[in-house]
Formats: sequence, C-alpha cells, structure tokens
Amino acid sequence: MRLTTLMGVGALCALLATGPLPAGAGEPDEAAVLHRANGAEPSSLDPQLGTGSWESNITGDLFEGLLARDAAGELIPGVAQRWDVSADGLTYTFHLRENARWSDGTPVTAGDFVYAWRRLLSPELGAAYAYLLFPVANARAINHGEQAAETLGVQAVDEHTLTVTLTRPTGYFPELLAHPSTFPVPEQAIRAHGSRWTQPGNMVSNGAFELTEWVSHGHITARRNADFHDAAGVSLQAVTYYPIDDARAALNRFRTGEMDMIDSVPTDRLDWARRSMPRALHVSPMLGTFYFAFNQREGSVLTDRRIREALNLATRRRIITERITRLDQPPAWSLVPDAIDHYDGPRFDFADSPLEERMARARQLMQDAGYSPAHPLKLTIDYITNPETRRIPVALAAMWQPLGVDVTLINSDAAVYYAKLRQGDFQIGMAPWVADYNDASNFLDLFRSGVPNNHSGYHHPAYDRLMAEAGETLDPGKRARLMADAEQRLLDDAALLPLYFYVRAVMVSPRLTGWQENPLDIHPSRWIRFRSGTGQ
Amino acid sequence: MTSHTSTHDGFEDRHDRPAGNPNPPPEPDPGPGESLGREAWRRLRQNHAAMFSLGLLVVITIACVAGPWLSPWGLADVDWNAFGVPPTLEGMHLLGTDANGRDLLTRTLYGGRVSLSVALVATVVSLVIGVLYGAISGYVGGRTDNLMMRFVDIMYSLPFMFLVILLMVVFGRNIFLIYAAIGAVEWLDMARIVRGQTLALKRREFIEAAHALGVKDSRIITRHLIPNTLGPVIIYVTLTVPKVILLESFLSFLGLGVQEPLTSWGVLISEGTDQMQSAPWMLLVPAVCLALTLFCLNFLGDGLRDALDPRTR
Amino acid sequence: MLTYTAKRLAMAIPTLLIVITVSFFLMRVAPGGPFDGERQLPPEIENNLRAAYHLDEPLPMQYLRYMGNLLQGDFGPSFKYKDFSVTQLILQGFPVSLELGGLAIGLALIIGLPLGVIAALRRNSTVDYMVMGIALGGIAVPNFVIAPILALVFGVLLAWLPAGGWNGGALPNLVLPVIALAIQQIAYIARMMRASMIETLGSHFIRTARAKGLSERQVIWRHALRPSMLPVISYLGPAIAGIITGSVVIEQIFGLPGIGRYFVQGALNRDYTLVMGTVVFYGVLIVLMNLVVDLLYSALDPQIRYDD
Repeated sequence: MRLTTLMGVGALCALLATGPLPAGAGEPDEAAVLHRANGAEPSSLDPQLGTGSWESNITGDLFEGLLARDAAGELIPGVAQRWDVSADGLTYTFHLRENARWSDGTPVTAGDFVYAWRRLLSPELGAAYAYLLFPVANARAINHGEQAAETLGVQAVDEHTLTVTLTRPTGYFPELLAHPSTFPVPEQAIRAHGSRWTQPGNMVSNGAFELTEWVSHGHITARRNADFHDAAGVSLQAVTYYPIDDARAALNRFRTGEMDMIDSVPTDRLDWARRSMPRALHVSPMLGTFYFAFNQREGSVLTDRRIREALNLATRRRIITERITRLDQPPAWSLVPDAIDHYDGPRFDFADSPLEERMARARQLMQDAGYSPAHPLKLTIDYITNPETRRIPVALAAMWQPLGVDVTLINSDAAVYYAKLRQGDFQIGMAPWVADYNDASNFLDLFRSGVPNNHSGYHHPAYDRLMAEAGETLDPGKRARLMADAEQRLLDDAALLPLYFYVRAVMVSPRLTGWQENPLDIHPSRWIRFRSGTGQ
Repeated sequence: MTSHTSTHDGFEDRHDRPAGNPNPPPEPDPGPGESLGREAWRRLRQNHAAMFSLGLLVVITIACVAGPWLSPWGLADVDWNAFGVPPTLEGMHLLGTDANGRDLLTRTLYGGRVSLSVALVATVVSLVIGVLYGAISGYVGGRTDNLMMRFVDIMYSLPFMFLVILLMVVFGRNIFLIYAAIGAVEWLDMARIVRGQTLALKRREFIEAAHALGVKDSRIITRHLIPNTLGPVIIYVTLTVPKVILLESFLSFLGLGVQEPLTSWGVLISEGTDQMQSAPWMLLVPAVCLALTLFCLNFLGDGLRDALDPRTR
Repeated sequence: MLTYTAKRLAMAIPTLLIVITVSFFLMRVAPGGPFDGERQLPPEIENNLRAAYHLDEPLPMQYLRYMGNLLQGDFGPSFKYKDFSVTQLILQGFPVSLELGGLAIGLALIIGLPLGVIAALRRNSTVDYMVMGIALGGIAVPNFVIAPILALVFGVLLAWLPAGGWNGGALPNLVLPVIALAIQQIAYIARMMRASMIETLGSHFIRTARAKGLSERQVIWRHALRPSMLPVISYLGPAIAGIITGSVVIEQIFGLPGIGRYFVQGALNRDYTLVMGTVVFYGVLIVLMNLVVDLLYSALDPQIRYDD
C-alpha cells in the first residue's frame, strides 16, 4: 500500500515537472525541457536579493532588464529598445519597447523601473548589490537612509520613456543594467503577496520564462513565458534548475543524461573529461581573480613591503595551477584579469624572471627584513573549508619555507572566516573575487581606502586619488590609463598576492546549440535549443 | 581481592549458573586468590583470534608512533616532482603521494597517531561516563532516572556543531578539545544502552538478593550490574571507534578538528574519496588501515567479552 | 503505563524549554554572523538588515521575542533561504527524509536482526564469521565513500538506476540512497543483536527454560529474542531520530531535497532561525523516540516497571 501511494506521488510530480528521465527517453511529444545543474540552492528568487551566479542564472531567465545579454554575453537591447546619452555623459534616456509585458499580461512601463530601483536602494530591503546603482544621482544617500527615495535620479517621462541622471559620468553604466539587481520587479505582485511574492503562482515576471515550481533543494522549474516580447525566438518549452553542490554528483548525472548542462567538473576528472568527453567539456576564462590578501593594518608584520614582495617572488604560480587546481588557469601577476575589456594593465616586473633569480631576490628581501631559515618569520594563512582551494595554502606554505617563513594554516568555516577578515583578525587570507560587471574598476575598487571588501586594509592616498580621477573621466582610453597607473601602484607595493585568474570548467551536452563560452559565464536559457532530432 | 568480595562473586555464580549448562563450556574454577584481571588475561590468552588482533594492534600503534621517524619524508615535505603519484620506489614513495606531493605512507602514519588517540580518548571517556551514568540511572530508577535521562535527551538535542565551535572559542584550537567534544556526545548512546540493560537486570534474583543482603548500592552497581552489561557495552565500544574516527574527519573538514599539515585517517579517507577514480591509492591506504584496526578491535572485543563474562568465571 | 506516558509527555515541555534556551544562547555566542560572507556588506546595509531581523536588540530581548513567536508556532523566516519560512523548509523536506530514513531503518531491521540472531546461534562458525566480517565492512566504510561508489557503479557505469534526484520519490530514485543509508545500520544492528543474543542465551532464565525441556525454537522465539532486543532498541531510539532527519552526505551525493543538510548548512550559514527550527524539531523527535523506547522496554521485558 505504501508503495502505491509513493508511485502515485511520483507520477503526479513527473507530470508537473516532466521529471529527469535519462536522455533520449522523452516521448516525441514531450517538448524540449532543459535540465541545468545550478551550483547551489538560491537564497532568493527576488532578483534584487540574489548575490550568486546560481541566483542570477535563474533570475536572469525569469526577468529582463533595460539591457540583456546575448549568447556570447554581449550587451543587447532588453526592455529598452534604444537609448541616448547626453554629451556630458550624465543623462541617459531609455526608450522602452511597447510590447514588453509581465507574465500576467500587463505592460512593463518606465514606472516599473522607478519602483524597482527605489526598492533596490531602500534601506529596509538591505540588498547587498544596491551599490550597483550608486552612480545614479542620490542613490548612495537614499541607500544609507539619508534621503527620501523620491529624490533618486530616475524619472518616468511617460509609459515608455525613462530618464536616468548620474552623479558623474560612468562609462560602464550600461553593464550594470544587465545585472539582475537592476531588473524591474512586479509592484502588483509584491504588494499582493509581500515577501511571498517569489513563490510559484505568486510570481509575475517579464523574462523569457516564468516560474512554475520550486522545491527547496530539489528543483526549480520555469516554463516559456508566452507574454515575453521575443517568445517566438525561445525554443525551450521549460527549464529545470537543480541545485547540485557536489561536482561528482553533477558529473554522474550529466553522464547518465539526467542533466544537459553542469556548471562544475571535479578536478580529478578533468583529464578524463578532456580525453573522453571533449565535445562536452568547455574550459574558458572568467572575470575573476584568486588572490590572497595581506593584512596591512597597523601592527601587522605584513606592513613591511619587503616581506610582501618576497612572498610574491617565491610563489610558484604555475605549480599551483597545473598540479594543485589542475585547471591550468592563467597565472596572475596582477589584480585585473586579462579578459577584462578596454583595459591593458601592468604586471609584476618579475613575472617572467626564472625561479632561481626570483628566489635569490626573495631571500635577499627577507634578509633585509631580518628573517632567514635560522631566524624564521612566523605567519598564519587563513582559508575557508572549500574542497577546491584548500590545497593551495598547503602548497604556499611549502613554497615559502626556504625563505625562512614558518606558516601555520588555519582553516575555518565561511562565517568564522569572513568574520575574521572583517575584523582584520588575520595575516594572510584567501580572497576570491569574481566580477559583477566587465570593468577594471570592479577589481581596483577593492583596494580603495575604507571600502567594505578592502580586506587588506590597504590605504594609499595616491591610489585613491588616481581611482577617483578615473571615476570622473569620460574618455575610455584616458580612464583606462589612470586605472593602469593605479594598479601599478598596487603592484609596486606588492599589496596583494595574486595567484591565478579564474577559469571555469563546465559540461554542455553536444545536443545543445546556442550555448557559447564567455568570460562572464552568463548563458541565458533563452538562446539555448536542442539540435533538431535530439531532444524533441 | 578480599574474602568479602569473593562471597558476592560466588553468590552471583550460585544464582546464575545452574548445573548442566552446555553453553558456554564450563571453565575450570579459578584457584583461590587469583584476581579478576589476571584470570581474564589468562582466558584471553587462550583466544587465538583475540591475541592475534591484539598483536596486530600493537604493531599498528608502534608503526604510527615510531614509523614517521624512519621515513625519509616529513609530514609536510613536498616532493615537487611527484604530485599524486601511485606507489613507487622513485623518491621512496612506497604508498604513493597525495595531491599536494606529500608522501602518503608518512602521512598515514601521522594520521594514525591522531585517529588512534582520538579513538582511545573519546571511547574511554564515553565508556566511563556512559556506563556509570547509565547504570546509576537505571539502578536508582524513579525520579532520579527520569531526571538523568531527560538530561541525556537535552544533550542529544543540542546543536553539536555550535557546541564544538564554542569550545574552540573558549579553549582555542586544541586537538584534545576534539577528543573531549567527541567523547561528550558519544557517551549518550552508551548511557542509554547500559540503562536499558540495568532496568532489565535489576529485577533479577541475584541483584535483589544482593540488595536484601545489605550490599551497598555502589558495590552492586560496579560488581554485579556493570559486569553483566559488558557484552553489549564492549560491542558498542567497538562500534564507537569508527564513529569517532569519522566524526573527527567531519570536524576537521569544518576547520574544527586537526589543521593542515597534520592529518588523520578520517581526513585522509575523505580526501581520498575525492580522488578515488583517478588515484585510488589515496583512498585505499587509509581505508585499509582503518578497516584493519576495526577488525582487530572487533576480535579483541569479542575475546574480552568472553574473558570478562561473570557467568563463566 | 498511561500515567507514566502522560508524565513523560508533561516532562517533555521543560526538557524542550531547556534545549531551546541553551541552544539559542550557544548559537549566538559563536563567532561569525548570518551576514558574514564573501561579499562584505557596507555597514549601513548591514545595520539595516540587523534591524530588520531584530538582531540589534539586546540578546535577552531577542530571546523573549523568539519564544513569543515560537509559542504561536512561528519559527520565523530563514536568514539564508529568504523566500521560505523555517516551517515551510522543514515541512517541505521532512517527508523526503522520513521516507528515505524510514525505508532504510526498515531494511536494516529486516536484514540486520536475523543476521545477528543467526550469527549468535551459530557462534564461531563460518556463517558467524562471514556475517560479522561483512558487518564490519559496513561499519568500516563510511557512507561518504559508499554513496559515491554506489552512484557511480549502479547509476553511471551499469545505468541500472538513476544516479541521483528525487523525482517525487519514484522507486528507482529511492533504491541507492536507501541502501547507502541502510548499510551502516544493518551492520550496527547485526553486531549488537549478535552480542546481546549471546548474552541472553548464556543467562539463567534461558538455561532454566532449556532445563524445562522446551525446544530450541521455543526457547529462542519465546524467551531469548525479546530481552535480546533491549540494547538494539536503546540504540535505535536516538538513531531513528537521526536517520529520519536526513543525512547531509546522502542528500548532497544523490541530490535529494531532505532536511539533513539544514542541520549542517544552517549552522555554517549562521542561519539562526533555521538552526533553532532544526533544534526544536530534532529535540521533539528525540524526546518522543526515547519515550517509545522506554515503553518498549516494558513490553519486551515485563520485569521492567516504572514505579512512579
């Protein structure tokens, strides 16, 4: 009896979810459903509250902003069909498409953006990504509760015209408009359902897909939104996202055909995947830097530039990327990844020196600072319990030992780790950073005085001045040069220990088209389709 | 052993061992004056499986304690030419290296020190607290039993991870803390089991008779109750050891246990699992060590149980 | 017996109250907070959030607020999973964990008990050694090793069963996780059953029963089996509470929407409300299971009485 009930429930769910059947098992009628493995369970499907790619992958499918991204990750018109920028770069006028609709059939208007942006910046929402809109006039003051929301520099001129006033010219402003935090949210649904507006049945969205089912830690299903302005261009009938946080589990389910896309590959299976599934495996650069922060607050031994430089010199980055992480990431000799657009930054001057030379210089620097193997410097490295990166500090400790550096490793869970980082209670700490938008400032801002993510406590007036000047500069070439000067300062100070630029290994079923490698690692489901005769 | 004691041991014997019992075979009566420990040891020596296991455990322990000194590689030494290589004579990596290029044999031996000592300390703590607590609770019964068992319920329900995190904050990162923390949760099962046994035993004739004869409660508990619960207790101890070793690896993964470069069998096994398809030796080496230790403990436990069985004395 | 049960249930309230209180403060003194993450929030925003969750109030005040809400059955919203209340999360995930855990325990009893009895009856025979050898294997290999092997072999290489996923609880999806959960329990139960059966078979009243001329079968079924269950039952009480509340390892490897992960992730994320929800839920289960165990004692062994 128990069994029959179970089967009954199973059949019901299968009907609703078109459950994960092995590849090719779908009946011809069963329209194309994409099964996407998606890193982790979303913290929220409110596009303004998400902070991770596992959230923006879904909210980016459910909602559409003023701008959108194509399969290559390039900006394309979204709800805004076109836009004009004033000569001083301070005023943007967006012309919204007339046929943009919410999934309940109501039109998406300029007023929806005004509502959404005020909401994003409201202190009560406490959105972590509210700062993305800080270029907009008065945004920062509103977010800090110093000014009324109505003073925000955004106006609905009419139903389909939106003007935005910026505090200062911001070249990368359009980039921000393709980030889910700046997407419109449905005032009608939020008013009706409060914090429960993201539940299936309550949610109203304006993207290519609409939410139909959400089982926490089970799956999230969205079906094609017939009201979407480009619904005709969307091939998939539905997408199901699975929060699979175990890379081996994801690979297993990709191999059985239960998943069509997975967003991670276990490091020890990479060589195997390169050999056995070359058509499915994609390894591509990402806009992210894996670095370690040196605590440079007063009283820390790492305020000594010589030590910081010596540690940088003695770090064998190739060994880390080839033998430890095994993803062959590009070794990082600077903060800003090479893949960032419109920016050509400096590198450490010793990037190409042979190891012996670097080690000799490092030993000399350490000696000058008063340390040697006979009189070692005691350092601690803090890191998070993360299976992918936990082996790196171990290797660093071994690499630095010949310099006379005696490392104690401290592994903590993420909450403890980040609390220590925030309190400056560390010496060297792991600091991964993945870009929110494709602009060098997203990295370089990390080292400005007093910003929240400046873990090192790095403080240099000249650096702050250069960055501020770059922020005021409209000419892209000149702005890039100013930022490159700032980065040069950072490297001269050996202010950080960059290890590598992120690379992402993913698997995509060869039955799919419309998926393209791109450095933002954004792959809207809207462009993805099954090759004819393979999934439908 | 005083004559007083032997009266009571003999007393139990009279009531619990009728004539003509085929199982277990009657042992020759111990000579007068032979102590409980020596007699048990004599019986244990006759059990070949148990003695072999004991020998092997001693060998494993000695290897873990002394072995690292003989190895050409240190705990944290990296062989930059050998990352994740299978067992090889090149560089003297007899059991291969781990994914960080460190000698696996050396690390397994070091890991054994941690795991064996965690197992020993946590198990002894859980054994002592659990058995005494359970026996007292069950024997005294009534309101005391109720209160003591509700305390056990509370301990079961507290979020273990926060308990450990907090211990760490208060006492700093300390490996003995792990032992204490693990012991502090593992005694609960033991207490419940012993209490259950005690509830059943305390109505038996030999206990009630001892009570009637005016034997002190503490004596009844230590001399009559606890020895009669030894069977399940010893088995549960042998089950606790692997639990404790693996729990330690979970805590270490959370940063609450041993810190790199130090390691343990549990940590090595969980790291090996990540690599089991491409580098199976990383899993097999520590797993075989753990399994071997458990098999030995098991046979030794069975042997000890037989040797200590009050009915066959 | 009824008065005893009623008394015990009444005692559950102070027990749980202590659990909740101790857990609440234990959790709050631990370092790290719910807003400590990779992206550090600007202080203004963090203050806003703290105010929204009443974390800016003095701790005793927060405690009273929490207890007040709890009395109304409100566990509050999860800090990490913002779109769900804690009650929703547990109600959504518990049926999954219950089904998996229940099946695993059932399987473990069906296989483990007979194995233990057989091994005890054939003590020191080949059968005994084989059974105990296998059981030891089950104990020595942790489930974080066994589960990925099962998924790889039967899910991927042989492709007999799905490698993961819940799929609404369809039978093929249940097989591997249930086996992975049950293996260790089978081993535990068989080992304990064997030991305690041997103990019982050597005891006075069994020998009396034998002396009365009862057949071996009668001796075992009528007299030996029930008292031998006691240690197994003692173990099973808390063990069942643990197993039906899910296993983070099994859920991650097979991608199952159970509640086991909340116990670990809740603590890791400092998701205060979620942690408290799991503590209360687990505490209730522990209290209930241990009550059931105590009642079973007297059912299995009529000599056990609870006098007051």
